[in-house]
Amino acid sequence: MALNRIWVYAEAADGKVAPITLEILTKARELGGTVEAVYGDGDGDTIAAALGAHGATKIYATGDLQGSTPGIPAASALAKLIEGGERPDLILFGTTYEGRDVAARLSVALDQPVLTNNIDIAADGDSVVVTEPVFGGTKLVRTRFTGSGPHLALIRPKSFAAEESGGGPAEVVTIEVPEYGTAKVKNRHVEEHTGPKLDEAAVVVSGGRGLGAAEKYQIIEDLARALKGAPGASRAIVDAGWVPYSYQVGQTGKVVKPNVYIAAGISGATQHLVGMKGAKNIIAINKDAEAPIFSVADLGIVGDVHKVLPQLLEALQGR
Amino acid sequence: MNVVVCVKQIPDPATPGALDSGTHTLKREGKLILDESDSYGVEMALQLATAAGGGEVSLVSMAPNDEVSGLRTALAMGAAKAVLVSDPALQGSDALTTAKVLAKAIERAGGADLVIAATESTDGYTGTVPEQLAELLGLPSVTFAKEIHTTDVGVDVQRQTELGYDEVETPLPAVVSVTAGVVEPRYPSFKGIMAAKSKPVDQLTLADLGIDAATVGNAGAGQEIVSVDDAPAREAGEIVEDDGEGYAKIVAYLENLKVI
Repeated sequence: MALNRIWVYAEAADGKVAPITLEILTKARELGGTVEAVYGDGDGDTIAAALGAHGATKIYATGDLQGSTPGIPAASALAKLIEGGERPDLILFGTTYEGRDVAARLSVALDQPVLTNNIDIAADGDSVVVTEPVFGGTKLVRTRFTGSGPHLALIRPKSFAAEESGGGPAEVVTIEVPEYGTAKVKNRHVEEHTGPKLDEAAVVVSGGRGLGAAEKYQIIEDLARALKGAPGASRAIVDAGWVPYSYQVGQTGKVVKPNVYIAAGISGATQHLVGMKGAKNIIAINKDAEAPIFSVADLGIVGDVHKVLPQLLEALQGR
Repeated sequence: MNVVVCVKQIPDPATPGALDSGTHTLKREGKLILDESDSYGVEMALQLATAAGGGEVSLVSMAPNDEVSGLRTALAMGAAKAVLVSDPALQGSDALTTAKVLAKAIERAGGADLVIAATESTDGYTGTVPEQLAELLGLPSVTFAKEIHTTDVGVDVQRQTELGYDEVETPLPAVVSVTAGVVEPRYPSFKGIMAAKSKPVDQLTLADLGIDAATVGNAGAGQEIVSVDDAPAREAGEIVEDDGEGYAKIVAYLENLKVI
């Protein structure tokens, strides 16, 4: 028996489907069987066309969550659907804030393990094998589910390229929500951004502890602007409060795969490398010649960021 | 307000990690330290207890061995006591098993008004344990908190999102997972370090919690590692010492890519 039926947990904001959802749908088609979407945060009609075009034949949607955070209502609705006789072999989620919450709650409800941070997935007879990068992506660990399904797996963003299947709009099926949570969203704040988004930019310029002080981060912003790119940061300076969490590139933050990634004053901790080593071209500037960042750099400058960066900015602005 | 903080003791991240050649799970032998990610939760708990005008901060942790040095660090910061569930059978436990063990330990300790955890550990980083714990305890939860304030009915949390943050309110008791940087963790004082040595650390086995050893660790895992391989390495790049013209190398490189 191969995989007969795969569910993909869909995410969307303002009617626009998250790229991670389309990436996973594309991969799910390759694994074989029927691909369906489950949507735990609203009305499926607005996303039926986009999900259908990427291979979902059906969307099981919870409808409005009445302000509740998605973990409890989405997981309880999916558990109820499965108890009612629907049997997916595999349920895939994005490694996102919402994906982790729903998958974790569902894993308890179904008493199934959930495997996280995967960059690849393959059908293996009756079972499923997922691939997770460890130690900064230097090793790949492949893990097989041993029990009976449904298997739960989280996939890291940008693991697969989204491609359309040419399918028509997915059929929307509204499902019952047995339980709404008592944690309620009162307000949503969208951080203002100028320039491209960090995880979509063709060029990313990131700064780390080597910059020395919070006010030195400004040159990273300036360089990003000069290259029409987005500024990023290592976890160290996010933890230190120099820049907001939304700037963070790495395991905990955003995964980026730009054409060019410039790492300035970043040593290249495992945590950071996982988030950026998929970039096509990597330029690193660091005063420590032994810094691990140089092991992934296509061009490495062993030098002082306080000298190299201002010279670089001046050269770029003078063009 | 009584707060339980779930903490993990991990191998020092500054030393390279290694996988056990037999089980392929992460080696966690020798000295373990407090996961830095957990120091934020401990600090948050201490601040919330103080702001609430009293209450106790206690720690709950799990490890295959009976290592306590990481717990002493958190006790030195100001936590009052700790529970450590240690049992050789726990070796290789996955996130769901970890959550089950922590949930039992918290229930045995009489619960709490608030359970705090880091969003993910530095060595395993599944990022699912806090939410699994909440489901097991039947509690509401708010994950990825970057700010927490107490209110008349519970807590208000700023929760990190893809686009910015959400303001989420939840009644207590609840589980909240905190991001690094949520607060500035205090350094243990000398007095704190001395006091920590005599603070109670209750060491429990699986039997104490009524958990069957066959359901945890490698034996109880619903998955098995089938292979560990080196990832394809990037081709070695050009690494040069800056002689004052390093920036020009970068400009030429970007020109070659037609980025500029």
